[in-house]
Amino acid sequence: MPPLLAFFLRRIVTALPVLAVVLVGSFLLLEAAPGDAVDAYVARSGAMDADQLAQLRQEWQLDEGPLHRFRAYASALVQGDLGWSSAFERRVASVILERLPITLLLMGVATALAFFLGSLLGVIAGANPGSFRDRFLSTTSLALYAVPGFWLGLVLIVIFAVDLRWLPIGGIESIASGKTGFSRMGDIGRHLILPVASLAMVYLALYLRLMRDRMNEVWRDPFVQALKARGLSRNRIVWRHVARNAVLPVVTMLGLQAAAMLGGSVVVESVFAIPGFGRLAAEAVARRDTPLLLGVILCSAITVITVNLLVDLAYGKLDPRVRVGR
Amino acid sequence: MKRWRQLNLEGRAGCVLLVALVLMALLAPLIAPGDPLAITGEPMLRPFSSEAHMLGTDRLGRDVLAGLLHGTRTTLLVALFSAAVALSAGSIVGTLAGFLGGIADMVLMRITEAFQTVPAFLLALAAISATGPSVPTLIFAISLGTWTQAARVTRAQVLSLRERDFVAAARTLGMRPLEIAFREILPNAFGPTASLAAISVAAAILIEAALSFLGFGDPNRVTWGSMIAEGRTVLRSAPYLSIVPGIALVVTVLGIHLLGRGLSHRERLQP
Repeated sequence: MPPLLAFFLRRIVTALPVLAVVLVGSFLLLEAAPGDAVDAYVARSGAMDADQLAQLRQEWQLDEGPLHRFRAYASALVQGDLGWSSAFERRVASVILERLPITLLLMGVATALAFFLGSLLGVIAGANPGSFRDRFLSTTSLALYAVPGFWLGLVLIVIFAVDLRWLPIGGIESIASGKTGFSRMGDIGRHLILPVASLAMVYLALYLRLMRDRMNEVWRDPFVQALKARGLSRNRIVWRHVARNAVLPVVTMLGLQAAAMLGGSVVVESVFAIPGFGRLAAEAVARRDTPLLLGVILCSAITVITVNLLVDLAYGKLDPRVRVGR
Repeated sequence: MKRWRQLNLEGRAGCVLLVALVLMALLAPLIAPGDPLAITGEPMLRPFSSEAHMLGTDRLGRDVLAGLLHGTRTTLLVALFSAAVALSAGSIVGTLAGFLGGIADMVLMRITEAFQTVPAFLLALAAISATGPSVPTLIFAISLGTWTQAARVTRAQVLSLRERDFVAAARTLGMRPLEIAFREILPNAFGPTASLAAISVAAAILIEAALSFLGFGDPNRVTWGSMIAEGRTVLRSAPYLSIVPGIALVVTVLGIHLLGRGLSHRERLQP
């Protein structure tokens, strides 16, 4: 078996029990909620008499015990069926699949920005620990790290959308603009600038700090002395050796932060009225749509596991010592 | 006093900020007596325009300064308790996993992993939707997503401690295994876990703020998150209503990070 395939298989096998725990845990948690889907349905659709309620409960299999309901849910899940969303009157899976790409785009761009800009500034700070540039960047990153994304989003809206009117105030694209192709992509890009900035800033600060602190440690390693003794230029030592060694923990952090960023997208998407996966979670809670919330939790767990898988692959590329399959 | 001198500049700045914050929380009923959610003046007064309302009033005429002060209480209450719950629960799970080993370890670590793959904020949201918003349920909901790191750190620490001589000594004395785990090993393993305290409190503050911003906080208490959300409805005409409580949030989280860094720096000085 090729090593890469074996690696994927091994990871999927270890992920299955984790997903099972997520499934059972969230099912139990939501089972504890007062009221059921019929209550939520009646609350929206108006009055119903007791017979109709009982009939509806029977139809939706709510009159059985929780164990029976769990079995029904799990067996449908195995066939790829996440259930029925009472809030959207559609299949949960189709609602989620419609929303997920927007959030993945938002997270992907934010992660790329935070990673590249953060580690670049981290190298600038860490190239000369203790210098003015280092102290300025370190202090700024510490302050930025304390800024909650949703509030930063509001501040950016006030500055760039309300006062300066440079950028749109929210949404993912202009409504009924009739744009196609590149002009539509540009339109979406313009809408993404502020949400990406508010989502990415915390991570940018985090990666800057991490990169800078790691570089500070790597400078003390004996191999750096050896490189200096061999007469390598300072630039080459900074970029090819110190920075390359220091970037590994930042890549690890990229995977660890995937879950946190997905959580952050819930609030940021609400601030910018982006119809994404994160906002779906808040909508599911507000509209008491339990199957939808369960589906959102499961899909976010799968997303996080997938991101970590990709990060581990990238790690092998950067560090030959942990190459996959050996 | 000795401890103060050992702190670096960052640690001292954090200390000052946090002491100011605790004072704000303690003195809130004295400076701004009465219900902070009560309407006390004309709506939408600008900051520094009236002596009775130093920071102005919101859309309904509620005093912003009173909200800010009383919000400190909610923030600190929820954040400190949920960090305490998260650290205790995490260290108990970590101790059990590390000490028992074998299948128990595997099961507990799979559960920990499962909690880590679901975003902490999403877990808190789901828990709030199941229990309804109030201070105790908020504490439960937030710690549900934040205990895993403490569990991992404690487990690693316990693994390195459990083969030590003092554990063997406790065993020969005839102590029961669980007694050894919790009376001998856990107290010795707690140091690195306690250093997570600053991060946990900061994370809890941010989660609480985001929850109440989305309207899932305790409706009977004023919080900074709910003030930001309230101000958002008049963002165009009165942006300061959202910006002021946000600054309080940033200063608080910054103070905690500064103090945390200062303390870990001090520990590095003392081997």
